[in-house]
Amino acid sequence: MPSNEDRQRAASTRTGWALSAPALLLLGFAASGPLLIVLVYSFLTPGDYGNVVWKFSLDGWRGILFTRDIFDGTLQLADAHLSIFWRSVKLSLLTTAITFAVGFPTAWFIATRSPKSRALWLFLITIPFWTNLLIRTVAINEVIRNEGIINTLLIRIGLIGEPLRIIYTDTAVLIGMAYVYLPLMVLPLFAAIDRFDMKLLEAGYDLYASRWQVLRRVILPIVKPGIVAGSILVFVPSLGAYVTPRVLGGGKNMMIGNFIELQFGAGRNWPLGAALSMTLLIIVTVALLFYVRAANRGSPHG
Amino acid sequence: MNKDVAVEVRNAVKAFGQGDSAVRALDDVSVNIRKGEFFTLLGPSGCGKTTLLRLIAGFETPTSGEILLDGKDITRDPPNRRPVNTVFQSYALFPHLTVAQNIGFGLEMQGRPKAEIADVTANMLALVQLGPMAQRKTSQLSGGQQQRVALARALAPRPKVLLLDEPLSALDLKLRKEMQIELKRLQLETGITFIFVTHDQEEALTMSDRIGVMSAGKIQQIGAPRDIYTRPVNRFVASFIGESNFLSGAVETGGVRLSCGDLVDAAGSEGRSGKVTLAVRPEQVRLTRAGEPGALPATITDWVYFGTDTHCHLALSDGTEVVARLQSPATGDAGLEKGKAVALRFAPGAAQVLGD
Repeated sequence: MPSNEDRQRAASTRTGWALSAPALLLLGFAASGPLLIVLVYSFLTPGDYGNVVWKFSLDGWRGILFTRDIFDGTLQLADAHLSIFWRSVKLSLLTTAITFAVGFPTAWFIATRSPKSRALWLFLITIPFWTNLLIRTVAINEVIRNEGIINTLLIRIGLIGEPLRIIYTDTAVLIGMAYVYLPLMVLPLFAAIDRFDMKLLEAGYDLYASRWQVLRRVILPIVKPGIVAGSILVFVPSLGAYVTPRVLGGGKNMMIGNFIELQFGAGRNWPLGAALSMTLLIIVTVALLFYVRAANRGSPHG
Repeated sequence: MNKDVAVEVRNAVKAFGQGDSAVRALDDVSVNIRKGEFFTLLGPSGCGKTTLLRLIAGFETPTSGEILLDGKDITRDPPNRRPVNTVFQSYALFPHLTVAQNIGFGLEMQGRPKAEIADVTANMLALVQLGPMAQRKTSQLSGGQQQRVALARALAPRPKVLLLDEPLSALDLKLRKEMQIELKRLQLETGITFIFVTHDQEEALTMSDRIGVMSAGKIQQIGAPRDIYTRPVNRFVASFIGESNFLSGAVETGGVRLSCGDLVDAAGSEGRSGKVTLAVRPEQVRLTRAGEPGALPATITDWVYFGTDTHCHLALSDGTEVVARLQSPATGDAGLEKGKAVALRFAPGAAQVLGD
């Protein structure tokens, strides 16, 4: 026979579930519903004018890596697709690295200001969020295009004769993404550095550590949670970026996001788009698993 | 150059801020700290004692003046090039390392071989009695244990001088007493020069070989605990360490004529003339019957029972207040009554003429 206490505990568990049910249902549908639709669509046949025909097919998944020759119908490895995947991963990793290289000193600077000016600096960091992403990206375009601010200035002072060709290259996409995602790196880094006890720096120096050793052996291991959080916040949206590569990369330098959009738009191949979306999800998940595990192992002190 | 001197501070000045608003945290401080000595810098907060310690550690550079370690000028050396380690007030243990890794950190940074690090770490753990805690994270330790880790970490590289910045102030009274004994033991066992900063006069008196009393950025007096207590050079030292009665008077042949008209013996009156101030410790004041020859007539104004002592407040004939600390009698109140006329005398050698 259950004791009074057990019964009470069971009742409170029941109430807890009942109270969170609406939120759980909403989250469950909102998260898994669209995902389920995408998953199902990836196994169907494309319709002639977009949409899908309810006929099972693996062509969508096959299309990720292979193209069917229009003349003899044989399957060939799709180099173009592979290069899009590779570019996406490469640019996302580089974006993460650049935002960290710029974001860490920035976050350190802000965290070591007086509490009053700190609020001002943080506020400045968040200002870009007030403007629409598309407008910010077009602004970057204005800065780096052939007749843009940088090139006009460099030609005017006679440093270069021909405009530097930055726009519509991978470099342009990289500049744009680093700019757009920098705050997402700075904020978690700031939160971690803000909690860092600056006395530990003196303790490190006192115990014969050089500046480099203090950074590597004391600061980085302690602010690691912030580095992990910032990297995830930058890497994941970078991999699926759509607007930035579209505006700054032109039509040629596509990333996965643009490629998926192409399938649902002009490509009229929804199953392939759906299969690509699922692939993106898998890449992100695998990358995160590797990253988090490596980050945990990377520190010799657990 | 004296071979017995571990640390020599020469005319150190440290000013914070610029121009007119500059504050001199250290104002022309010179001190020699001997090898193997337990030296304490004692003073109220803001007196510059921590600044002096940070100058020796290398966290601050003096505005002017030099710091020498074993006769070598280290004034401009960064802290990681000085064979000097610090025990911080907040301990500043590395939260991401275990106890053993914390202790081995300094040796590791010096690039010592792994076997030696493991060896020294094990010895240090034994020295501070934390062997079983070696693999714990420091956050899992109590305050007293963290204190021991901080000590072991600073001692492990065998520094020439160990600096301790109020290391006991975060501990409760009982633990503080234990750690005082522990610190003294460690200092004797390792033979390392300790420079200890505190604002607690009792801590300074019980642990130190010598004490440097600081106030307002200057060293007021340097000496053994007994000298500091019995022969304070000025009013600040006499009142900051222990309690004192201050009596004004004028030097005459045969002693000091107090303002109440009585003549008393006083140490340190040689070579002095004119108006001086006398300091007398309350426990050196003796009460006797009124009218006794050679004693100062006084009236009891109040008394307070403190357990082991009873503090008796007296007024001399000119109204000057004197406190006598008397041992509480086993029974009764030793005949202390407000308004009672008595007489008092100072124990031989107890009255001390202060400098200006």
